[in-house]
Amino acid sequence: MDASAATAEFKPTWVQDKLFLGMTFKDYFRSNLTPFNAVVTMILAVGIPVILYRLLYGLGPSTNLSNNNPWGIWIGFDMLCGVALAAGGFVIGTAVHLMGMKEYGFLFRPAVLTGFLGYLFAIIALTFDLGRYYRIPYPMVVSWGVNSVLFLVAWHVALYLSCQFVEWCPAIWEWLNLTKLRKIFIKTTLAATIFGVCLSMLHQSALGSIFLLMPEKLHPLWYSEYIPLFFFMSAIIGGLAMTIIESMASHRIFAHQIKNHDPGHLDRVTLGLGKATSVALFAYFFMKVVGLAHGHTWAYLDTGYGYWYLVEVIGFVLVPAFALMYAVQNRLVRMVRVWAIVVALGIVLNRVNHSIIAFNWHLPWADRYVPHWMEVVLTVTVVTIGVLTFRWIMNRMPILYDHPDFEPERH
Amino acid sequence: MHPERRDFLKLLAGGTIVTVFGFAERVQADIAGLPGYPNQFGVLVDTTVCVGCRRCEWACKQWNKLPNRKNLDEYEKDQTVFRTMRRTLADTYTVVNRFENPRDPSRPIYVKKQCMHCYEPGCASSCFVKAFTKRPVGAVTYDASLCVGCRYCMAACPFDIPAYQYDEPFTPEVTKCTFCFDRISKEGGVPACVGICPVETMTFGRRADLIDLAHKKIRDNPGRYVNHVYGENEVGGTSWMYLSSVPFNRIGFRTDLGTAPIPTLGKPFLSLVAPVFITIPALAMGFYSFKKRRDKLAEEEIRKALEKKEGK
Repeated sequence: MDASAATAEFKPTWVQDKLFLGMTFKDYFRSNLTPFNAVVTMILAVGIPVILYRLLYGLGPSTNLSNNNPWGIWIGFDMLCGVALAAGGFVIGTAVHLMGMKEYGFLFRPAVLTGFLGYLFAIIALTFDLGRYYRIPYPMVVSWGVNSVLFLVAWHVALYLSCQFVEWCPAIWEWLNLTKLRKIFIKTTLAATIFGVCLSMLHQSALGSIFLLMPEKLHPLWYSEYIPLFFFMSAIIGGLAMTIIESMASHRIFAHQIKNHDPGHLDRVTLGLGKATSVALFAYFFMKVVGLAHGHTWAYLDTGYGYWYLVEVIGFVLVPAFALMYAVQNRLVRMVRVWAIVVALGIVLNRVNHSIIAFNWHLPWADRYVPHWMEVVLTVTVVTIGVLTFRWIMNRMPILYDHPDFEPERH
Repeated sequence: MHPERRDFLKLLAGGTIVTVFGFAERVQADIAGLPGYPNQFGVLVDTTVCVGCRRCEWACKQWNKLPNRKNLDEYEKDQTVFRTMRRTLADTYTVVNRFENPRDPSRPIYVKKQCMHCYEPGCASSCFVKAFTKRPVGAVTYDASLCVGCRYCMAACPFDIPAYQYDEPFTPEVTKCTFCFDRISKEGGVPACVGICPVETMTFGRRADLIDLAHKKIRDNPGRYVNHVYGENEVGGTSWMYLSSVPFNRIGFRTDLGTAPIPTLGKPFLSLVAPVFITIPALAMGFYSFKKRRDKLAEEEIRKALEKKEGK
């Protein structure tokens, strides 16, 4: 190599190019001294010791779980909400690859990445909840409890994680300049998408079906034979809402990555997603009403739990449905984005209601579950590591933009 | 048809056949395989007899070598435990609770609580590694060597029986009454608690005979019992059954459980697995071919339009 050229022009090594964003380690380190990273460091400084504490001392000292309340926020929030809100990958994949909605194509990679990381970190959080976390492959390799809905969830979540990995792989191979591998993986996208649709339908609804075995513990307003359908429909809603939120955030934070950045295009697509969310919310609301009629649980509406149920179903389903409809008709993109956040919170509320608030409702208050501070800290830590991973990948791989050296994927 | 698409279809068909049919068959076999063993044992607990001596609690701890054992006389003397309602714990497979007797306040009612050993156990159907087994003798047993510690069994038990060793950091286990499986598997063996009871509160025998006995007792002693054998039909029937002089909800039993076995509640959903894997790929491929055709027609139209333009 010409020595004078090397000194005149900084030529990054492979490591510097791929890992340090083309900077020397020193520059890279300096570029990371930001207020955001300071907050992250503080969270990790508390969170990592909490994780170690849970792993070394067990669930007893680190959680408020009890014999009556075997599941807490690690299941109710991390797992149930994480998986529901990660449904964007499957929703956008269906729209783009099966229904041929090309204008949404640019959302596919970010949605798949969000979905993949959502599932991955839901599983990581679940690992901390398992008493013998080191046995997590047991339902796959040691003993098949095929009677169990949870068996279905375990298999399908694992398979779906692989599906999403396959869908995301082309971006990795482009990052590493592996043309042949990329070609192979792009061919499998369609198969992975179809397989992923089946898996998603089943495990999203199966997460609700877990509660089918507990009619005597879950409040009648939430217990319904329709739980599988409710969970599936609300997962679609969660996936759509999260896609709106995620695309808003990443097109703001990583806008510099996109050549010829056209915010108008994202706005049009956001309106489309808002419309879909609104329609899905209306459908979900009417299904919920049918559920009330089917279970004949009207009388419970005029109780404390009933008012809470109405907050969820009216405040976080019906009102957002109308609001989004209004916003889409008047082309108020900002309003769509704000209400998407409300919708996502509604999905969280729904899952937490099923697993914690309306669960064991017959028990006296003293026996009810309130999370331990370490449970909250561990949850925040896992989410933070998830966000960090997302950012790390977004900064390196062609997720938002087409890699200049490769032909764009055909949708 | 493109060769790649044909390959894909082959792959899809092969994969579907293997996963779906293999899976579906096993699911069905397993649900059908939750048998109502005709000769299973049971225990009939007559709560009008129990005097609350707690010897059964002591015998249970001794036989199962549970932690925090105490001397027998401490169990008999200690009446303070009755001030609160107790449940089964990681170190306690059975507890006796005291309830007010509305018919005769001077004689409280004592009720022993332990695993009911369901005909079709919710815990067994919830377990994704099949750690629970309903044995032909009636016992529902737990295999700690398989347990991952998800604690779904605890959530799925309608009687809130399984407990968890939360304070065990590396090898926590679910704990519950074993029906003294080892003892009752031997000829003439009875569970430790039944063996020690000084007043014969509990009768061990074939479950079918115990149901007859229970109804005979109700018939032969008018006014002594409510006309209900708890466990005869609850959640599809349990191996342990109870007689009571007062309605069962007055002595800590849930009377809203219904008679449907817990596993049947999840079964309809599991039956959806095969239909989804058969119909959804078909629908999806349909959508996909429509899309392809639409794109092709559009392209052709553009090409024709261009040709026309150039031709002029």
